[in-house]
Amino acid sequence: MKSILPVFTIIAAVLFIWTLAVVPMNMHLTADQAQRSGAIVTPDTPIARKETNGFVLALKNPHLIPLTYVGKRPNLPSPHQVAVEMFDTIFGKKITSKRSLVYHGWVTLAPTLLGFAIGTLLGVLLAVGIVFSRVMDKSVMPWAIVSQTIPILALAPMIIVVLGAAGIHGVLPKSVIAAYLSFFPVVVGMVKGLRGPDHMQLDLLRTYSTNNAQGFWKLRLPSSTPFLFASLKIGISASLIGTIVAELPTGAKAGFGARMLVGDQYGQPILSWAALFAAALTAAALVGIISFVERGTLRKMGMKPA
Amino acid sequence: MTQEPTIDAKGLHLTFETNDGPVHALQDVNLEINKGDFVSFIGPSGCGKTTFLRCIAGLETPSSGHISVNGLTPDEARRARAYGYVFQAAGLYPWRTIGGNIRLPLEIMGFSKSEMSERVERVLELVDLIGFDKKFPWQLSGGMQQRASIARALAFDADILLMDEPFGALDEIVRDHLNEQLLQLWARTEKTIGFVTHSIPEAVYLSTKIVVMSPRPGRITDVIDSSLPKERPLNIRDSPEFISIAQRVRDGLRAGHAHV
Repeated sequence: MKSILPVFTIIAAVLFIWTLAVVPMNMHLTADQAQRSGAIVTPDTPIARKETNGFVLALKNPHLIPLTYVGKRPNLPSPHQVAVEMFDTIFGKKITSKRSLVYHGWVTLAPTLLGFAIGTLLGVLLAVGIVFSRVMDKSVMPWAIVSQTIPILALAPMIIVVLGAAGIHGVLPKSVIAAYLSFFPVVVGMVKGLRGPDHMQLDLLRTYSTNNAQGFWKLRLPSSTPFLFASLKIGISASLIGTIVAELPTGAKAGFGARMLVGDQYGQPILSWAALFAAALTAAALVGIISFVERGTLRKMGMKPA
Repeated sequence: MTQEPTIDAKGLHLTFETNDGPVHALQDVNLEINKGDFVSFIGPSGCGKTTFLRCIAGLETPSSGHISVNGLTPDEARRARAYGYVFQAAGLYPWRTIGGNIRLPLEIMGFSKSEMSERVERVLELVDLIGFDKKFPWQLSGGMQQRASIARALAFDADILLMDEPFGALDEIVRDHLNEQLLQLWARTEKTIGFVTHSIPEAVYLSTKIVVMSPRPGRITDVIDSSLPKERPLNIRDSPEFISIAQRVRDGLRAGHAHV
């Protein structure tokens, strides 16, 4: 519970800065609207206002400051607007509704989890191959690294189109992109973990005349467990990002990514922000679940509590 | 001697090829170790004492010469479970309990469940760690961890125990205590022990045979058969006999250095 306080301190600081930033970010918009509905604004032409900095404008028109927090289409929504929108679309709608964030969340979560499973399996298998085969070490590892230098935003539509042409639609194409992002941290972490045992530990097994398989199950795999969990935590968040990216440029009708895009395209930033925060909370929850499993597993393995 | 030596090295050479040219780790090493001997290898670092121990274990392959263990090649001897090896660090698996660590070689060698627990109990008793089998390594002191690693090496009934500076990382008080226990253990089990150390008192206190080695090239400069009785209380280290053997070891080490 001690860890709660620092976390909340940071959240409070972010909320504070955010709340302050809302005023200058939305001031011009608010001033324009206020003038149209008859309020007195200094300076009194949009062009003159354009040359005035948002802070200065706020100082000159303090009576307009409250209005910056309630605009319908703000540049920067205020925290409470996002919170209300999230509450409304998470708890206020039937989860089958197209306007429910829970519905969109599930549309994103399903391919995330499938992609994470594929990516993790692939990552572990590649790592095992790389550790036990020099050929794979020389051939696969460079390509794994190269794969991550290609912008996923460029690659995602291609994958969707190619798989679509092959008649594959729905969850799987998104999962492929999620897996594409999540296998890499698993490969890197597991290669390091599986190579972790030092000479002495390997020599000990040699004195027992063990074969590679015994060395793997008795020594390499268990000693790589902490690395696996570290990789999984990066992998699951990468997987979620992969799914959202897969939803963005491909005209997806549902999911967090689609929701963000719709908000942007129809000038409803509150919608985008709500989806963004819902995605962040989902990622936090997923990482939290893995941390929980990690703690239980390591404790069961007798690792000294850190 | 009618009995064949347990470990027999003849004209052993081992050269490592490194980027800085060949390193002569062992040069013309000849040594016979008989069953039940407690043999210490002593010398400065680089003298090949650990390399020789690893040759016995089949962890290194000599460049030339001949070595046999129980009449077999080191590789065959290892597969026949001729020896248990104790390293400088205990090297216990942190994710296994003490009992689990001792079971490790037994699992690999395919012992039955009931036999495993019987053996774990027996070796824990030998190293005086009864009741610790459910503890994890981090819950034990360094000395206890090293005792657990000795128990692990004893678990599968190898009749040779190879120990590479097993107490090197421990403080002197713990070390004295473990030396005493090791002698008791040796007397009870009648193992043949090869023990690498760079402590003169440790070598003299423990051994029936002390092999003094020196570096560049790694070679044997003196082999001392100890005249100390088998029964050795700690205060034997103040006896004139002990001191004279220690003096001879020291002379051997100094003579080795004079060549450099």
